[in-house]
Amino acid sequence: MNETARVQKDFTNAPLCLSGKGVTKIFGFGDKKTVAVDHVDFAFHEGEFVSIVGESGSGKTTLSKMLLGLSNATEGEIYFQGKLRDISSGHKKKEYWKGIQAIFQDPFSSFNTFQKIDTVLLDCINMRGGKGLSKQEKFDLMSEACHFVNLEFKELTNKYPFELSGGQMQRLMIARIFLLKPKILLADEPTSMVDACSRATILDMLLNLRDETGMTVIFITHDIGLAYYISDSVYIMEHGRFVEYGKADEVILHPQAAYTKRLISDVPKIHEEWDLSTVDLKADA
Amino acid sequence: MGKVMLEVRNLKTKYVTRFHEDVYAVDGVSFAIEEGKSLGIAGESGCGKSTLALSMMGYYFPPLHYMSGDIIIDGQNISGMDPDTVRKTILGSEIAYIPQAAMNALNPTQKIIRFLEDVIHAHDPKKSKKEIREMAEARFAEVGLPLEALDKHAVELSGGMKQRTVIAVSTILNPKVLIADEPSSALDVTSQKLVIKMMRELMEKGHVKSMLFITHELPLLYNVTDDIMVMYAGQIVEKGSAKEMVFDPVHPYSHGLMGSILVPEEGTRGHKLAAIPGAPPNLKRPPDGCRFAERCKYATADCRYTSIPEKPFGDGRMYRCVKSLDELKEVYSHE
Repeated sequence: MNETARVQKDFTNAPLCLSGKGVTKIFGFGDKKTVAVDHVDFAFHEGEFVSIVGESGSGKTTLSKMLLGLSNATEGEIYFQGKLRDISSGHKKKEYWKGIQAIFQDPFSSFNTFQKIDTVLLDCINMRGGKGLSKQEKFDLMSEACHFVNLEFKELTNKYPFELSGGQMQRLMIARIFLLKPKILLADEPTSMVDACSRATILDMLLNLRDETGMTVIFITHDIGLAYYISDSVYIMEHGRFVEYGKADEVILHPQAAYTKRLISDVPKIHEEWDLSTVDLKADA
Repeated sequence: MGKVMLEVRNLKTKYVTRFHEDVYAVDGVSFAIEEGKSLGIAGESGCGKSTLALSMMGYYFPPLHYMSGDIIIDGQNISGMDPDTVRKTILGSEIAYIPQAAMNALNPTQKIIRFLEDVIHAHDPKKSKKEIREMAEARFAEVGLPLEALDKHAVELSGGMKQRTVIAVSTILNPKVLIADEPSSALDVTSQKLVIKMMRELMEKGHVKSMLFITHELPLLYNVTDDIMVMYAGQIVEKGSAKEMVFDPVHPYSHGLMGSILVPEEGTRGHKLAAIPGAPPNLKRPPDGCRFAERCKYATADCRYTSIPEKPFGDGRMYRCVKSLDELKEVYSHE
């Protein structure tokens, strides 16, 4: 293995990029009330790689939708770059989305089926104020973006997204982010639908992208091994609350909360024995 | 040496596309599983893992076609059998299959008990409903599934529960070979552990004689199976015991694959993930030489044009590369 150990940076003094206070989301009313996200506080710094880890149904995706401004918080405030976020009108939302972009779990449904790949990438250039550029300049930008994600732009022109494989689509999604250069990238389980080999490629690209542009990456995942590898700080989520958070090394190697301990013990490992005896088949019933 | 439960000899199958082009998805695969043992198959998307699983059931439907080779289950050769006979006498009782999308494998309009009735009636039409219910209740209690689940519809069960129900249904007739095609890929770690524990228990109690486990998650394979094979572009490139494969891979492809392991253990954070660039070759026109040559860091002109035989070494291990063991060790040590 090529030993190029990553430098562990300290982000505690970096300026805040996105933070929240008492953010809550409640679905339903009265007896059928479900608290999906329960008064969570968070502070994501500029240039930080943050992971939010939790099982299915712990409220990760609900939180990410609120961060993206796709759904409104029932309670609580979200601050973007120190100022209270305002997404009350469509125009303001569009302004906000220049600062935050997302990659989703399912690459197959992230693209407009009727748009060619050229159009997808051209849209990104136009959004960044590149409308006045010449054809050649636009072409160069698109080639550069594709080159960054190991794709060949010449092979992609005049193709539709469904002609690509899942891994290629996910990489094209990253090419979009490369062109848009947002302040924050929210990645909602981008690697759960690709195999281990493409996963390594995609994670590498995300890390490079972060280093190159200095954006904040919020990575949502249920794979704690992946979170440990990739992130600077980790938030562990259980039933809509953060039960533990801090630097990746501290949280994962010396977990305090019982839930974190259980999550870590449930992951199959290669240097330690995987303890199956603690599993009670009937407990789930 | 235990009794050989499943033996596959030089199996070749192909897909025929709409334009009558042949895609050679499984190209000369041979292996054997002994009684009480489990074998894992690793490899990236599109390398033929799932096709191999489908081919092994002896139940072919277009676009998948059988070409040549033998599939021997406990002494009985099922290749070339009439599909209807296969369905009635082999599937379920000799060889059982857990599909990748087990979540969608259950018909939403029927109760769970109906699936069990279906499976049992296909083999023994005379069994009464009462007998079937007794059988089902005994098995469900044994594997820790709630008995109420029998009278529920699939939508009422959670993802992990659905997956375990599918396993219980497909192993009700005590198959000799169980093929599990990525049974836990869509589950979170806790449900995954339950599924694995249940499969282990079925093996320990002798309800399932041997198991073939397909996944791309190597840490999982290491913990579940006795032996691991690595597949690439329709061929097996390396075979060995789980421990040898994870800590001492020989073939450049398995070497790369082992570099993509992610586990929450101390010291794994520093090293760089070894991603293998490029994509698998087009199997409509498989390369003459080594199939991995295009993406291999250590490829030479030799690799591309000479076909490479399987090279056995050590204790039942095998690899498929032009280079000798010492040469490979030499190149890895320079990294």
